[in-house]
Amino acid sequence: MSILINKDTKVICQGFTGSQATQHCKQCIDYGTNFVGGVTPGKGGQTHLDLPVFDTVKDAVSATQASASLIFVPARFGKESILEAAEAGIKLIVCITEGIPTLDMLVVKKRCDDLGSRLIGPNCPGVITPGESKMGIMPGNIHLPGRVGVISRSGTLTYEAVKQTSDLGFGQSSCVGIGGDPIPGSTFIDMLHLFEDDPVTEAIVMVGEIGGTAEEAAAEFIQSNISKPVVSYIAGVTAPSGKRMGHAGAIIAGGKGTAEEKFKALEAAGVHTVRSPAEIGKGVGEITGW
Amino acid sequence: MNLHEYQAKGLFREYGISVSKGIPVNNCNAIKEAINSLEGNRWVVKAQVHAGGRGKAGGVELVDTVQEAEAFAEKWLGHNLVTYQTDERGQPVNTILIEECIDIAEELYLGAVIDRASQRLVFMASQEGGVNIEEVAATTPEKIFQVAIDPLTGPSRDEADQLSVQLDLTEVQAEQFRDLYLSLSKMFIEKDLSLLEINPLVITTKGDLICLDAKINVDSNALYRQESLVKINDVSQEDERESYASKWNLSYVSLNGNIGCMVNGAGLAMGTMDIIKLHGGEPANFLDVGGAADSERVSEAFKIILSDKAVQAVLINIFGGIVRCDIIADGIIEAVEQIGVNVPVVVRLEGNNSELGSDKLSKSGLDIIIASGLEDAAKLVVEASRRGKS
Repeated sequence: MSILINKDTKVICQGFTGSQATQHCKQCIDYGTNFVGGVTPGKGGQTHLDLPVFDTVKDAVSATQASASLIFVPARFGKESILEAAEAGIKLIVCITEGIPTLDMLVVKKRCDDLGSRLIGPNCPGVITPGESKMGIMPGNIHLPGRVGVISRSGTLTYEAVKQTSDLGFGQSSCVGIGGDPIPGSTFIDMLHLFEDDPVTEAIVMVGEIGGTAEEAAAEFIQSNISKPVVSYIAGVTAPSGKRMGHAGAIIAGGKGTAEEKFKALEAAGVHTVRSPAEIGKGVGEITGW
Repeated sequence: MNLHEYQAKGLFREYGISVSKGIPVNNCNAIKEAINSLEGNRWVVKAQVHAGGRGKAGGVELVDTVQEAEAFAEKWLGHNLVTYQTDERGQPVNTILIEECIDIAEELYLGAVIDRASQRLVFMASQEGGVNIEEVAATTPEKIFQVAIDPLTGPSRDEADQLSVQLDLTEVQAEQFRDLYLSLSKMFIEKDLSLLEINPLVITTKGDLICLDAKINVDSNALYRQESLVKINDVSQEDERESYASKWNLSYVSLNGNIGCMVNGAGLAMGTMDIIKLHGGEPANFLDVGGAADSERVSEAFKIILSDKAVQAVLINIFGGIVRCDIIADGIIEAVEQIGVNVPVVVRLEGNNSELGSDKLSKSGLDIIIASGLEDAAKLVVEASRRGKS
């Protein structure tokens, strides 16, 4: 069991023949992902990485019955690519693309919800179910099949949490990077819900960062809906107010969205918090007794 | 990206939104002519900087004569204005906006933001205009009224009318407000704004609505399709190092400490700052070298970090997912050799080809301290920063 993807999930890639996509799709295929094809408008009929290329997502879906799409298109095509996937019936869309305008995302998010497509990202490292399937840019070799569910707004901090839980032998059930943008396709709450229902997941690591109130909302949700132990780290205690820290979503504005507030809300909800990004794995050990 | 008040008001006029009449000037000699072309016998002079709190800092004044206006311009043009929203150096004043005086009966507040929680464009209005709206929101949130716009169907008159009722506007004002609301939301969407604030939106003694101030932020992800706004961006308002960094696709924010940081990924960059602080050090900056860090960008990152003279040690923390650590190692070696780094450099490499990378560094013969993990790296760099420049 896992959340979102497993070894049978049929995956396509949008922006398939681009250099970034090629490099990462190759690694996904090597990892064992059930890749069935890709989409690049104007290149339909060609073969790339030994897989068929289609002009549209619709063509790809009808030929391959793919249910998941990994998107690597330039930001200016982000909106239309995600909408194309959702309208073609893709159930899981993982968008790696960084820099999609926020107003585009408002439309995209509403449409995906209406069409029943789950969107992960944009501006995220993707999703992995260790040992089964990888849809993203994370280094596969640091993962270990296991029992910790990992959710994070940041890419490399996710890797940090993964490495620590692998080094301690706990392993991961699935890992999801929800992305660093103000309007993400999926939230902490969406993923917490899935991990709560997943029998393989025994503990959850949630890595947040400054900006917005998604962590506070998650804290409230955890208190009444999550029975599994949760360990959390929030990045940006030292971040100054009013400065965007790399991610479009990571900004303390109007005194809201500080790491301190988020730590407080999570602690009040019974979450085990760690103040150092090097102690995430250790925190899992402490709370589970593993 | 931020716009100046006079630029925002120019944009308002393009959308047929009524603002007070004014003229921007950038030298003292132009004051007289500007005032002669305005009406009335009293004017407002406003220093144009990308920061709020100008009034309290002396950057906004009422003047009755050309001489007073010239004295104001003399005082501010070419100088920095320090407000509670700027750092201690303040922001340079290159332009003064001279406006006609408006007879105010009431001051309202009107703002729009993208609300993350509801995932909607939300307009906020209040009868408590003119003052610090954040304080109103914190102490008496019931005095702020909100409407949300459906992203698929767009803004509607009903939303405007709902706010008009809550703001207790007259019928004539409600009609003006409806036009204002629809024009502002059209502008917000067409110009890819991330924030819009009119504080105050005034009701004149004649009963008309006029935007007295205008604050606009543009979504930096959308600049590729907002060329006309990019053209008018006043780069003098930005931190020099931050804008230089952005040219190299490096995300840099300067801070007050003495430990320079170079990290891949925004979250890990913040986490690195945090762990330095936990070990008793002070980060000098946030710097995300991004996913495609090659030797050229690592060199540029080094140059930016070291241009801050407070830096006593540098920590490079790379978790190679996309980037290959051996390539980063080449970049570090090249940069240290070329630009002559004279502070201790601690490097932690993890992930993709990390062993090969560490191996290259240790064989380089350079004074580079290799850390074995995140915690170790933080300890080593704090220690090194106390040793300081060699």
